[in-house]
Amino acid sequence: MAPLLTVRNITMRFGGITAIDGVSFDVMPGELLGLIGPNGAGKTTMMRAIVGINRPQKGSVALEGRRLDALSIDARIRAGLALSQQLVKPFREIDVRDNVALAAGAAKTRTPLQALLHVDRTAERSIALEALERVGIAQLAAQSPRTQPLGVLKRLEMARALALKPRLLLLDEPLAGLNSKEASELARTIADVNRQGMTIILIEHNLGEVMRICQRLVVLDNGRKIADGAQQATMNDPAVRAAYLGGEADVAA
Amino acid sequence: MDYEISLLTAVGISVLFALSLNLITGLCGQISLGHAAFFGIGAYTSALLAKAGVPFLATLPAAMLLPAAFGVVVGLASLRVRADFLAITTMGVGFLFVGVVRQQDALGGEMGISAIPDTGLSKLAFMLLTVALCVLAALLSQYIRRSWMGQVFNAIAEDEDTTRVMGMDVPRYKLAAFAMGTALAGLAGALYANNLKFISPDSFGFVESMTVLSMVVIGGIGSIPGVTAAAIVLALLPSMFTFIGEYKLLVYGGLLFLMMRFSPDGVTGALRRLAARGKA
Repeated sequence: MAPLLTVRNITMRFGGITAIDGVSFDVMPGELLGLIGPNGAGKTTMMRAIVGINRPQKGSVALEGRRLDALSIDARIRAGLALSQQLVKPFREIDVRDNVALAAGAAKTRTPLQALLHVDRTAERSIALEALERVGIAQLAAQSPRTQPLGVLKRLEMARALALKPRLLLLDEPLAGLNSKEASELARTIADVNRQGMTIILIEHNLGEVMRICQRLVVLDNGRKIADGAQQATMNDPAVRAAYLGGEADVAA
Repeated sequence: MDYEISLLTAVGISVLFALSLNLITGLCGQISLGHAAFFGIGAYTSALLAKAGVPFLATLPAAMLLPAAFGVVVGLASLRVRADFLAITTMGVGFLFVGVVRQQDALGGEMGISAIPDTGLSKLAFMLLTVALCVLAALLSQYIRRSWMGQVFNAIAEDEDTTRVMGMDVPRYKLAAFAMGTALAGLAGALYANNLKFISPDSFGFVESMTVLSMVVIGGIGSIPGVTAAAIVLALLPSMFTFIGEYKLLVYGGLLFLMMRFSPDGVTGALRRLAARGKA
């Protein structure tokens, strides 16, 4: 099977600091891949390199064999990526449903002229409701994001990414800041979305949930890839234990 | 009656000018402190063409296209800057326009252009044309707000980075806003030139850019009825209280300050809050 996403030799420097150093990995269709590593390992930088928010000095990213390196952020999103950001940023002037509908309108907002010629939003609003249902907050569709707690906003961020109907969903610490009950519920939602056929890269610090839902792990440390493989085997890798867990911690806990 | 007609014409031109800036600053959130330059480009284009023998109505398309072309160039230059830097850049464009025009004999230099030929329309017909164009501009603005373009503009105004990550081509939308807004400003400028029959660089300076920005901010950034109402009131003020003429910038500056301090969403926002309080 051909990989959905191939990342080859990505190197990213900021001034004198090498944030990512020659990292390569593949994401297979239908997979839920955990991208983990200690703080400062380069996970979010890698996510931003894939989406094009930061441009790497070296290396290449391809989606279904199509190289994305020359494309702008928005063109990469339209090519089939969707990013759910660590810091939730809903549009506060419009309600929860219209936040998602805006993403669902991608075909109508491709160019300004097309956007000018279209007014009707019924189809996008119903796609938005479906996406909100998938993440379990359909009952809050008419609410303003201003008044919603973080747990809801994290789900809204995910619904917005889903409404883009991406080929690959990138989730950057969706569980951060949630309490353990909320976190395990959202992790279950992520696993459900994956089971319905969505390929996902998950960056997450909550290792318990990562072990519960991810089939394969890529581990970064200090900008380098130190492991890549099935989750249990990777976690038992001495290099990973040394770098990530200080060698002693109990992974399964 | 003549006085009322000319007053209404002048007010209509102000409304059209304010609605043009509202497309850029109100709907798309891109501040401009040099909008009078595009008003001026439209005025000069129409005036020079009219003097060359082109009928008034036939000058209007050119008086929209040329400012729009400059608007896109300024838009391109400003894609890399945001908020306060964009304000400085556009202010520079405003000064640049006046500076260049002053030095060009072909454009009349300091003396400007006088004796612009008659439009062939009666005063009443010219006023009606101006008002009709205002209504069209207001309807167009309302339509844009309701369209998907308006949705994207809103999103850009609130959070440009998130809008990009949602797959929207933010630079092209900004350029579209600049092109439409500067074209409409050019149209207002053409009406202005043909109404007064005389233009000079002084009519398109920083004070005019601030005046039109005051109209948009005081009316309530983005609100089409609000901006229209503010443009009408602020255009009438100097003629109702002649002493304001001298202190125009002071009055507008003061109003801008009060709005920014107490009601950043303009009179429209203040009224909305009052209504909400009344209901509660």
